Amino acid sequence: MKTTVLRSGPFLLLVLLLAATLAGCSTVQVKPWERAALADYTMRPDRDPLATTLAEHVYFSRETASGGRGVGGSGCGCN
Amino acid sequence: MLSRTRVLTCALLFLVGLPAGRSAVRTGDLFPSLSDAGLTGGALPDITGKVVLVDFWASWCAPCKASFPALARLQQDYSSKGLVIVAVSVDEKPAAYAGFVKRFGPPFVTLLDQKHELVTAVDVPAMPTSFVIDRHGRVRFLHAGFRGQDTESELRRQIEMLLTEKG
Repeated sequence: MKTTVLRSGPFLLLVLLLAATLAGCSTVQVKPWERAALADYTMRPDRDPLATTLAEHVYFSRETASGGRGVGGSGCGCN
Repeated sequence: MLSRTRVLTCALLFLVGLPAGRSAVRTGDLFPSLSDAGLTGGALPDITGKVVLVDFWASWCAPCKASFPALARLQQDYSSKGLVIVAVSVDEKPAAYAGFVKRFGPPFVTLLDQKHELVTAVDVPAMPTSFVIDRHGRVRFLHAGFRGQDTESELRRQIEMLLTEKG
């Protein structure tokens, strides 16, 4: 009974449509010329030195570790 | 029933596997017509029979900003020999484009592709991207990104080579 349901046409169709829908999201990319918003100054994680210092302090107090906040840059992907 | 499912599976996998439908312009291809690209922000120069360097840039792109002095030097050295530099901005805000041009005052032609018609057709791989086009309108060299003196030296060598070719 269970096998019959799994091999039925509508069920397979549903699975395939779901797979196609999910795979469709994988082709959506931000193109290099569409990254103006990502290159904005407000997108920088280190734009506020005081806030960065405070966050580092809290992180160090909790984790007994510091650093590892990622690379610099705004993420515009230039070059 | 099973064969129908198989056919359906193949059809769906084929559709999913299709690329986004863009045909990128790369080395060896004819570059699209600039006059039909809906460019604004300035007058299109006469590029018939000229060696053309089309550079895609944006005011928010730091490497693009760094490339402008190099492009200005190329313009100064080769414009009298038949080189035309067309710098196409992909800024969505005309004010950002105008402000950048006013601030840097480039000696070469700058135009605006506000609706991204040309850049989408060309499908540039990075910002900035420069296309070095021969006298017949064919892309001979492509530079994705700007790497300072290395890129400028390569551009010089390639431009000089194309300038020596007859139309």
